[in-house]
Amino acid sequence: MRIALLYPELLGTYGDGGNALVLAERARRRGRRVELATVTLDERLPAADLYLLGGGEDGPQRLAADLLRRGDLVARVGDGARVFAVCAGLQVLGTTFAVEGDDHYDGVGLVEVTTVRGERRSVGDLAVRVGGRLLVGFENHGGVTRLAPEVRPLGEVVRGRGSDGRHDGFVTERAFATYAHGPVLALNPWFADEVLAAVLGEELEPLATVADRLYAERCARLGP
Amino acid sequence: MVRRPRSTTWLAEHAVLAVNRLSRVLRWGEGTVIGGRAGLALDPTLLSGLARGRQVVLVSGTNGKTTTTALVAAGWGGPVAVNDTGSNMVQGHVAALAGRRGVPAALEVDESWLAGIAAATRPAVVVLLNLSRDQLDRANEVRRVALRWRDLCATLTDTVVVANASDPLVAFAAETAPDVAWCDVATPWRLDAVSCPHCTAPLAFAPTGWSSACGFTQPRATTVLTEGSLRVDGVDVELDLALPGAVNRANAAFALTALSRVGVDPRAAAVRLASVREVAGRYARRRWRGGEVRLVLAKNPAGFSAALEEVAGAPGDLWIAVNARVADGRDPSWLYDVPFERLTGRTVTCLGERRLDLATRLDYGGVAVIVGDAVPDPPSDRPVTIVANYTAFQEWNARTAP
Repeated sequence: MRIALLYPELLGTYGDGGNALVLAERARRRGRRVELATVTLDERLPAADLYLLGGGEDGPQRLAADLLRRGDLVARVGDGARVFAVCAGLQVLGTTFAVEGDDHYDGVGLVEVTTVRGERRSVGDLAVRVGGRLLVGFENHGGVTRLAPEVRPLGEVVRGRGSDGRHDGFVTERAFATYAHGPVLALNPWFADEVLAAVLGEELEPLATVADRLYAERCARLGP
Repeated sequence: MVRRPRSTTWLAEHAVLAVNRLSRVLRWGEGTVIGGRAGLALDPTLLSGLARGRQVVLVSGTNGKTTTTALVAAGWGGPVAVNDTGSNMVQGHVAALAGRRGVPAALEVDESWLAGIAAATRPAVVVLLNLSRDQLDRANEVRRVALRWRDLCATLTDTVVVANASDPLVAFAAETAPDVAWCDVATPWRLDAVSCPHCTAPLAFAPTGWSSACGFTQPRATTVLTEGSLRVDGVDVELDLALPGAVNRANAAFALTALSRVGVDPRAAAVRLASVREVAGRYARRRWRGGEVRLVLAKNPAGFSAALEEVAGAPGDLWIAVNARVADGRDPSWLYDVPFERLTGRTVTCLGERRLDLATRLDYGGVAVIVGDAVPDPPSDRPVTIVANYTAFQEWNARTAP
């Protein structure tokens, strides 16, 4: 399994590289072979099974969107690769987003979603009900993201704002995205395994880590 | 021009002193912020009144403010007014200056307060140490701070800006200043300055310095710190610090450059720096519950990265304590920007309110962990190094205080 962490120098404001570490480690501990590549902005997009996008400030987000539009992310996803994106990365995957100086900056257009500037920044704990489970994390963004009718949100917001106060993120056949930035997969081992299982195309055996205690503690604090 | 009558400043200054005395007597706290607030309520321009007629050095940056300020004060020789309780906004500055007429001042300043404090104090020197990610939940995106500093620097016509040439964001901020003393201290932290602040192209880092395709290049420095030598404004200086680590040698280089620019001989000042053994509990070695503990403060990825460099090989046990209160930043995501992998092979005891976040980070990084759900006793036969972030450090500092 090949994981490519894209442009951490642009999209990595909130420790987002942690998600790559968590996925690789959880796969390795189950005996899978994992190659983890970090792609910097002067490199071409390598072939991978999963691409990861993190959060970032306006300028770098714009640059990342430019690089990804010019590169072949959309083609790679068309060939079967998957994408996991948080925060600015979520916005970049959409058709347009708002940055300083431009309310309609072109995204990659992989998913039919648009992001406009919200009235205020959303900063704080975020909890989202995904299926029967809780996804916990932290959000810090100024965007309001609207999904086209055919795009399925990741889940319903229990605490915080997520995409629009009601829903957070999106899931498509090939993409996962959430506003819970940073190491959201470290906080939510079940979600990390869901992404892994989708990429590997198989059910995964359970894996006990100290992250299980962390998840239980955050759920107790942030849950309904 | 109408001059504010002197009595307003006098009254406000004495209010600061009286309230702070009362606060200390009643044990409300260390008595700086509250007195400062009272004084400012009486005279909103109190800080500029108090700063008039003395030399002021301001120190700002993400990491090293408190230590560098302490080093400036120690190196100056003679009495210096310092905000050494760590309150680095206007109330703390007012409290530091009240009752110390004519005494020079070394003040650490919160990064986002720098413009206002500089306007009020008309400093002889402003030291710009570094800029990196810190307290992410406050959305003080690093580049925004750099832009604000840049606007400020353009206005500093009677001030020397002592600036870190090794940090591209600081160089971007300080290049607008009319008078800059550039310091090359070989900052190892680069995660926040990968793309050029001018043109966003990737920056190239070479042993001789960094550069961008647009021509923005590391400025030539007059203060140069290497592993074995220090040259301050062209003068070779012997540096023999009691404070550990490369990061404190860099802090000393900035302090000595600032002192050189207010007329203090950097060689004589360097000798005085050797007497600084701890700064507000940082680096303090203490006997506690039958063991020996040493406290190290690290608040953010760059600070932690520098601290790990020093503690990774330290003898004895390693405890790390992490909180995520408002003063720490409520989002501990930054733990994943710290190169904890450097601790592979050690066992770390995880403490603080976010010990599970820390333990998870370390576990995924391949470092063995013990989750310390209760405050452990130190071993009696080997020392303990305790690395803690801001409020966790305050707790440990109080807990182990002699």
